[in-house]
Amino acid sequence: MLILENIEVSYGPIKALKSVSLEIAAGEIVTLIGANGAGKSTTLRAISGLVPSQSGRILFEGKEITNKPADQIVQLGVGHSPEGRRIFANMSVRENLELGAYTRRDRAGIAEDLERGLTLFPRLRERIGQNAGTLSGGEQQMLAMARALMARPRLLLLDEPSLGLAPFLVRDIFRIIQDINQQGTTVLLVEQNAHLALGIAHRGYVLETGHIVMADEAKALLANDDIKKAYLGE
Amino acid sequence: MPLWKRFGGIALVFGLLLLLDHLLYGPSRVAHDQYKEDVLIRCGLAIILAVSLNIVNGFTGQFSLGHIGFYMVGAYVGAALSTYGHTHLFPQLPTDGSPVGLWTSALPILAVSLAGGLAAAAIGFLVGLPSLRLRGDYLAIITLGFAQIILVIVRNIKAVDGATSFTGLPVASQDQALAHVATPHLTSLFWVFLVAALVIWVAYSLRFSVHGLAFLAVREDEIAAEAMGINTTRYKVLAFVLSAFFTGIAGALFAHYQSSLSNESFRFERSIDVVVMVVLGGLGSISGVTIAAVLLTILPEALRPIAQYRLVVYPLLLVILMLTRPQGIFGREEVSRAWLRGQLTSIAGWFSRRPDRV
Repeated sequence: MLILENIEVSYGPIKALKSVSLEIAAGEIVTLIGANGAGKSTTLRAISGLVPSQSGRILFEGKEITNKPADQIVQLGVGHSPEGRRIFANMSVRENLELGAYTRRDRAGIAEDLERGLTLFPRLRERIGQNAGTLSGGEQQMLAMARALMARPRLLLLDEPSLGLAPFLVRDIFRIIQDINQQGTTVLLVEQNAHLALGIAHRGYVLETGHIVMADEAKALLANDDIKKAYLGE
Repeated sequence: MPLWKRFGGIALVFGLLLLLDHLLYGPSRVAHDQYKEDVLIRCGLAIILAVSLNIVNGFTGQFSLGHIGFYMVGAYVGAALSTYGHTHLFPQLPTDGSPVGLWTSALPILAVSLAGGLAAAAIGFLVGLPSLRLRGDYLAIITLGFAQIILVIVRNIKAVDGATSFTGLPVASQDQALAHVATPHLTSLFWVFLVAALVIWVAYSLRFSVHGLAFLAVREDEIAAEAMGINTTRYKVLAFVLSAFFTGIAGALFAHYQSSLSNESFRFERSIDVVVMVVLGGLGSISGVTIAAVLLTILPEALRPIAQYRLVVYPLLLVILMLTRPQGIFGREEVSRAWLRGQLTSIAGWFSRRPDRV
């Protein structure tokens, strides 16, 4: 479904990604783990067109999307729930969700997906008219995910959904990610909490200073001694 | 909305505007209360300026300080068109600056407004481009610099007497008093408030469409907006172009209200005045900004009885307003349709008190 070939991204003189290649098949949950600054978020941003790639190719469902404008990539079916949630704080929960469906014009489908999102995240239904900025951290994360789903993406990019959340909420969020995946959305999950991420993912990639250093089945990575030492704190 | 309702609304606005126009000018259009006319026209122009600036500063959250530059472009382009194109385009207009009938002025005013608006919109496009890379303070400085550039350029254009004041063209004439073609006095209350109504309507339609949410999303968080698939580039440039267009029209209206055009009217402080209206009204709130525009135009007049103290009281009132309502008069709220209708009639009511004939 998604193929990255030797993607390179620089922020000014700093190379954030040096030749990253990865592949995701339809229906998978793939996780990208790594330390701070390894380039996880940059990888997602390159896929959704928020940062330009200096070289390499990105293919989505066989179509090249390298350096296409972000709005076109959303329209093709890639949803991005960005790092730090980035909800529209001064707008209501409903307006946030409506903006998630910005690229769509099928009113009936949008209403249907709104209903599905609110069923997935019942907390949002309670707060539908509230300003998004008044939500708790966990609710904001739910909103960010629900908003990304409103575009009815076939591939969902999730950036650090566990960031700053209480452990019980993190478990909730991860269960919902599995639900979303089972309903047919492919997920690329970026996480610092490698243990949890590998727990729900089918496969994982390990990113270190802009390079993919390891790729394997999630279970195999969980059992790997180097990974245990470096990322799982065992 | 049913068709009759929509047309009913348009008819109502037209009716009110015609009534307003008639009440002030009377049938002859020669003698009228010029003070009242002046205040009202300045109110109307302030509404156009503030509501259009609100599209940039309020909707998309870009900070433009150069609004008066667009106003100046519109004014001078409009005035140049009517002055130079006079004999060819509008031969029916008087050349001595005497009042023009409402319907005689219709076509010429449409022409000069469009010219002023389009010229300003083109400049707005150019100024909108840096907004793609700059935000906040930096953009404010750029737009401020742009307004200064426009001012300096116009000052140096001899054809419009930019350095002094543009009073029309000198022509050979037996009569010394008519030694030039004056900028025709086309603008009347009707046209100013028609454009004001138009800009309010456009702003409302924008705000409450899917585009309105997109504008606000750009203001809230550009990266998130892009991740939603919103083409932030297009919205930012669109905001600048649209805002400049209406401001340019206001400029052309202003030029054809004044008998002469001086660069003094386009100083940097005038930009600040408009920014104050937008902030005071509530960034993004169309009704709030409209009310603030009227309030801030009338307030200095209302304070006239206290003579020299008004220069103390006026800023003091601004400070108090900002302290008590930092989010602006209306914050992010809008007044409802019914409320607005009531408001319009009350303005008409204020106006219908018998004017003193001059």
